[in-house]
Formats: sequence, C-alpha cells, structure tokens
Amino acid sequence: MTEELDLSGHNSDAGSEEVVLTPAELIERLEQAWLNEKFAPELLESRSEIVECVMEQLDHMEDNLRRAKKGDLKVSIHRMEMERIRYVLSSYLRCRLMKIEKFFPHILEKEKTRPEGEPSSLSPEEFAFVKEYMANTETYLKNVALKHMPPNLQKVDLLRSVPKPDLDSYVFLRVRERQENILVEPEIDDQRDYVIDLEEGSQHLIRYKTIAPLVASGAVQLI
Amino acid sequence: MFCEKAMELIRELHRAPEGQLPAFNEDGLRQVLEEMKALYEQNQSDVNEAKSAGRGDLIPTIKFRHCSLLRNRRCTVAYLYDRLLRIRALRWEYGSVLPNALRFHMSAEEVEWFNHYKKSLATYMRSLGGDEGLDITQDMKPPKSLYIEHFLPRWKCEQLIRQGVLEHVLP
Repeated sequence: MTEELDLSGHNSDAGSEEVVLTPAELIERLEQAWLNEKFAPELLESRSEIVECVMEQLDHMEDNLRRAKKGDLKVSIHRMEMERIRYVLSSYLRCRLMKIEKFFPHILEKEKTRPEGEPSSLSPEEFAFVKEYMANTETYLKNVALKHMPPNLQKVDLLRSVPKPDLDSYVFLRVRERQENILVEPEIDDQRDYVIDLEEGSQHLIRYKTIAPLVASGAVQLI
Repeated sequence: MFCEKAMELIRELHRAPEGQLPAFNEDGLRQVLEEMKALYEQNQSDVNEAKSAGRGDLIPTIKFRHCSLLRNRRCTVAYLYDRLLRIRALRWEYGSVLPNALRFHMSAEEVEWFNHYKKSLATYMRSLGGDEGLDITQDMKPPKSLYIEHFLPRWKCEQLIRQGVLEHVLP
C-alpha cells in the first residue's frame, strides 16, 4: 500500500497546510497522539484530521479485504492490522472522552474564552457532546436536589466543585527536537528556578506544566 | 447533630466497592432536604431578630447553621454526582441495555440521565466518520487473537461476552 494521504491542517492559523503522509506515517502520528493523550493530565489539542484520515484508511482496508481471495494469508494479517489500528483509535478517542467528562466545566469554560486563532482542544462533535453532558448533569442536579433547597443555595458553581486537571503531575518523555533553556520552576520555596537543555533522544521525568507547550508542538513525546 | 443524614449518604457510597451501585436512597435525600429547610427557616428568623432587636449573640449560631447548610448541600451533590459517575461507567461496561438488577437501583431521574447520556454518546460515535461511525465502547483491550470458536469475529462479540451472553472458549 503506497497510496499517500492528504492531511490538511484545518485549524491552522497560517493558512491550510497540506501535509501528504504515507499510511505508515499516518498510523505513527496516530500512535504518537494516542500516547500523548494517555499520559497528559489535561485534554490535548484536537487532532480531527488524523481521526478522519485513519477512519478513511480503515475503510480502504476493509474494501481491499472484501475484494481479496478468501483464505489468503494476507487477509488474516491485514485483519490483524485493522484490529490493531481500530484499537489504538478507539483507545485514543475514549481517553479524550474520559478527560472531557472528568473536567467538563473547565473544558467548556476554556472553549468559551478561547482567543481567536488559538486551536481548540475539542472537535466540533466533542464540543456538542460536552455541552449536552453539562446540560444533562446540571438539569439532573437541579431537578433532583437544588430546586428543593433554600433559595440562596440553589446555584452550584461547577467550576469550583469539579476538580481541575493536575498540571503539576509528573510525566515521562522522550525528546524529539533539541530544546534549550527550558525554565523549571521550583516546587518548594527554598528551591530556585533553574534552566535545563533537553538533548534530542534523551528521556526525562518532569512536571507536565514545565513542558506542556513542547507536547503541543511535537518537540517531545510522552511515554 | 446536623448533617448526620447527609454523612450517611456519603458513607453508603463509600461502603459500596468501586463501581457498585446501591439502591437510590430517596428517603435519605428527602431527610437532608427537610433538614436544610428547617435550618434555613431558623436562620431567617434569627437574622431578623439579630437585625431588629440587635441580637448580635445570635450571629455565631446563624453562621453555624449556614455552615451546616453548605455541608448538607455539598454532601448531597457529591452523593448524586458520584452515583452518576457509577451509572456512566455502566454504559461502558454493560452496553446500552442495563441488567434489570441495576436498573432497580436507579431513580427515575437517574434513568433519564442515563438515557440522555447514551444518546449523546451514540450521536458522537456516529459522527466519527464512515457509514456508521466507530463504536468506541468496543475494542477495550488490545487484540491478541482474531477469532473465537464458532468463527464469530471477536470484534462483534465483546459486549455480549461482557454481559455473560457468550463465553469465550479457547480452542
């Protein structure tokens, strides 16, 4: 399979970038996005273009398999590959959905106050989902309990009640692109700020907050 | 002491191991709401007393009742929300049709919440592309082997296996 796939950057500020990937490269991108999403404490930027292309890829593979000769060994191998890809894609999307549900008021707030041009952490479908989730939950709490409470207590601020993601949690990463002068903030008062360089190929255990932008840019890979 | 009933609701959930859904404690909830009503009315009357008759000595009691009200609310919302999370987990474990035993433990409003959640999830999954979208409640484990006996492809049977309808028999 040497067809190449089109991967247009939909949310790109600098105009639509056309990146042409081989199927193998696409699956690699998917796996990278999957691992990053698994290990990052917060919801990462939406990668709809990867999801769409992988879905197309799976359809292609399904079509090819239907046309292939029955009993051909290649069929089993391709089926296994499809299962593997479907597993990674499902796991990726599940991971996102779980974070979306867990931090829903903060995610909605972030989306509402997102500055123009900044990419969204939600796909349009995820956005619809989380709005429904919020409305469903708020309505439920109101009808079952809050509206039966004293008037001054009927409003609950979900932004304050639902915990935020812990950006100070530690993550493992591998460096893809060399980074210089990363500022590491102290954890306790008697430490001072210090600066580190991240060598390409090196691995680190570090606080997520320190390197969050590097995950978004692809300079580091969470492992 | 105030908030006893609210604490009992929390303890009930705390005792139920991860994922288990005890029966909805309608009675307990009602008692907490009644206590809140009583506390609020007592506070209202004391606030009036304090203002009109200059009874500053009532203020600590007013504050105390207010704290109890806040605690009651917090426990109530925590109880209800934690149950929703357990119910949500059921959709992922059992699929969209819940076993009867579990449904009897849910209040009518919880069932309604669950139905809305199911629907939202279904809409989302359908939107993922292709003809029918992608059922992400399947493929919960990395694939090891392809087929199970009776030659049914694994990916069609997962939920049925989890529900106990089918059994995975190794050759």
